Amino acid sequence: MSDAVLAIEGLCVALPSWADRPLAVDGVSLEVRRKEFLCVVGESGSGKSVMAKSILRLLPEPQVRVTAGRIVYEGQDLLALPPDNVRAVRGGRIAMIFQEPMAALNPLMTVGRQIDEILEAHTGMRRAKRRSRVIEVFGDVRLPEPERLLASYPHELSGGQRQRVMIAMALALDPVLIIADEPTTALDVTTQAQILRLLKELQGRHGTAILFITHDFGVVAEIADRVAVMRQGKLVEEGSASDILLHPQHEYTRALVDAVPSLTPRRAAPNAIALPTEQPLLSVLGVEKTYVGRGGSLSLGRRQVPAVAGVSLKIAKGSALALVGESGSGKSTLARCIVGLERADRGAILLEGRDIAGLSRAQLRPYRQALQMIFQDPFASLNPRWRVADIIAQGPIVNGTCRKLALDHAAELLRLVGLDPKAADRYPHEFSGGQRQRIGIARALAVKPKLIIADEPVSALDVSVQKQVLDLLDELRTAFKLSMLFITHDLRVAAHVCEEIAVMKDGVIVEHGATVDIFAEPRHEYTKALLASVPGRDWQRQLASRF
Amino acid sequence: MQNFWQRFLGNPRVALSMLWLAFIVAVAAAAPLLAPTSPFAIVSKPFSPPFGDFLFGTDSLGRSLLAGLIHGARTSLLIAIIATIAAVAFGTLIGAIAGFYGGLIDDVLMRVSEFFQTIPAFIFAIVLVAILAPSAESIVIAIATVSWPPIARVVRGEVLTIRSREFVQAAIVAGQRDMPILLGQVLPNALSPLIVTGSLLVANAILIESSLSFLGLGAPDLMSWGFQIGAGRPFLRDAWWLVTVPGVAILVTVLAINLIGEGLNDALNPRLRDQ
Repeated sequence: MSDAVLAIEGLCVALPSWADRPLAVDGVSLEVRRKEFLCVVGESGSGKSVMAKSILRLLPEPQVRVTAGRIVYEGQDLLALPPDNVRAVRGGRIAMIFQEPMAALNPLMTVGRQIDEILEAHTGMRRAKRRSRVIEVFGDVRLPEPERLLASYPHELSGGQRQRVMIAMALALDPVLIIADEPTTALDVTTQAQILRLLKELQGRHGTAILFITHDFGVVAEIADRVAVMRQGKLVEEGSASDILLHPQHEYTRALVDAVPSLTPRRAAPNAIALPTEQPLLSVLGVEKTYVGRGGSLSLGRRQVPAVAGVSLKIAKGSALALVGESGSGKSTLARCIVGLERADRGAILLEGRDIAGLSRAQLRPYRQALQMIFQDPFASLNPRWRVADIIAQGPIVNGTCRKLALDHAAELLRLVGLDPKAADRYPHEFSGGQRQRIGIARALAVKPKLIIADEPVSALDVSVQKQVLDLLDELRTAFKLSMLFITHDLRVAAHVCEEIAVMKDGVIVEHGATVDIFAEPRHEYTKALLASVPGRDWQRQLASRF
Repeated sequence: MQNFWQRFLGNPRVALSMLWLAFIVAVAAAAPLLAPTSPFAIVSKPFSPPFGDFLFGTDSLGRSLLAGLIHGARTSLLIAIIATIAAVAFGTLIGAIAGFYGGLIDDVLMRVSEFFQTIPAFIFAIVLVAILAPSAESIVIAIATVSWPPIARVVRGEVLTIRSREFVQAAIVAGQRDMPILLGQVLPNALSPLIVTGSLLVANAILIESSLSFLGLGAPDLMSWGFQIGAGRPFLRDAWWLVTVPGVAILVTVLAINLIGEGLNDALNPRLRDQ
């Protein structure tokens, strides 16, 4: 087709011998058309990033290398070009935005100079001309005070500002195509919404084509003109955004769309409402925690970072409370204080009426069984050198259960979390992320806790796996009559599992109430902003109205 | 684990080094059988050249060079291995405690280890042996004393990162006590860098031991490669084999151990090598 900016034809990319499959990208053909916003969606390991990197020849060769296919840009095969010509295309005509802006920017160079360098390398502009161009693109990406920001270093900017600088860098040479590899995944929800809006606006203004890689169908719904779905290196479906989002044909696409946590708030189960007279399982009263920066012995002033600034909340027996907030809101610190990994500076944490806030680790030991935690990163939370059975049985054994009994119980727990009891004798590295998180859940359940604190338990997982793990948590909660404190940055996830939500910002709870009420009528400005930032809201409403 | 051995022994340099090391260990173990007479015994006329009655000839007093080499292998390996074990044990203890507890304990322990690192290692070893009077034990003590700080630093760094991993926090939440966490959760995961550093330390220990013996600070009643070189040094121009043969033995053994250490590093971290 004549209006194609870039055509990928039968691309195959080989993986090194230790990988789980021979080809990262397996015969993908795809076109990016002029002025279009093309989203490539897929789960981790689907080969979407590898495909994007092979366009600009950024693969870690020779381990990962293109074995077949062509990538045609302006009639030339990019894969056959000599390195010098590739360099002219790279950055000049095709630009790339990466996932982690902090890692993609040179920390020792001002951001202004980093863009200046690109202009210097690709154009014959004079210094003054280059400077005005940099200020122009900074203005273009809506960075405040462009003149001042020129002289800033990456660490002086916020995550959102850094990603704006990356976009400005990509825009500097007026490229025909921008490849964006999960550019908003590392950002907070509200920042993500801003960046998405900015990209869409810039694309409309400059007529650049954008190839956008993402795993989140919500993001797709916000911005895409056309969508391509990838799975295990193959293209499974391709079509216009409205077709794919509302009428997915392939069953894999349908499964992905179904797995997106819906925005329908969860209603309180009638039997879960605690009697007002009943003592809450956990009360947090005015907890404060300030981190004192450990300056070198020569530095005079010590930096103080208030992480939690006076938080109070209650969790009734059998209920689930979601603590929602963006990074730096203090939600994880609060969780760590409750579970005893940190000590609160002030305030009380009452577990069934007894204060556990000031206790030392030894004094806390008797209460450990009641409080358990599920961790965020399934790859870091299991000891790689222990067998699964030992990992799960560790808690009961420490608490005095005989070893044989604890191991038998571990096998039983594995069945309960949906794994084969035979898994007990294997090591964590043999399991996928979702399976590892199930093992983590089994470990938390092993000591028969009353309260489970789940710290972003699904944020490291693929969307399709997220749903399964959330459903499992939900099931177990009713089966074991557990209470849960669920920490997340994602309102969709919170709505799915908890009937009560507390929104946290800058160390304080700004809004607290039933999920239904908060979704229907958010009172605080910040809650409103969070709700408005959930990617793909309109699409979900459309989906919901169809049924 | 099978994968590990394949990667480790599949490397030809490692395979050759392992063969050489196995040979040296076998010779050292069988020393009393291979050379039943004392290596200090005078068996022939002085300065008989190699490949005559004696494979490597005799030295200035008529002692068999081969017998010396065989018994020297025993001395060098034994001292190096014991000193390394001592250094690794002490360094691991200090590093693990410093990394695990952090704060003031960490500060104090690391300043102490820095104090040891600021003194030139070999001079320090000489001083120690001179003070303690030359003997096998004092050489072991000297080598261990100058070798533990790097181990402590490696272990501390590993423990610091592993301590913040979530599985350690999970163990704390499960109510485990400090020592089981340190021994059961943290240290096993710090093993691979420790093995690599430790294996390289053996080579270094052989060098220090040889150097001390060369200077006449070795154990007086034990034959060693360094002592042979020291004794042969005045006759370098008349009897080249006195210095060359034990010198080559040291060279090849130290090289083999270094290659094994490197091979261990590659085999334990396969992805690092290829990137």
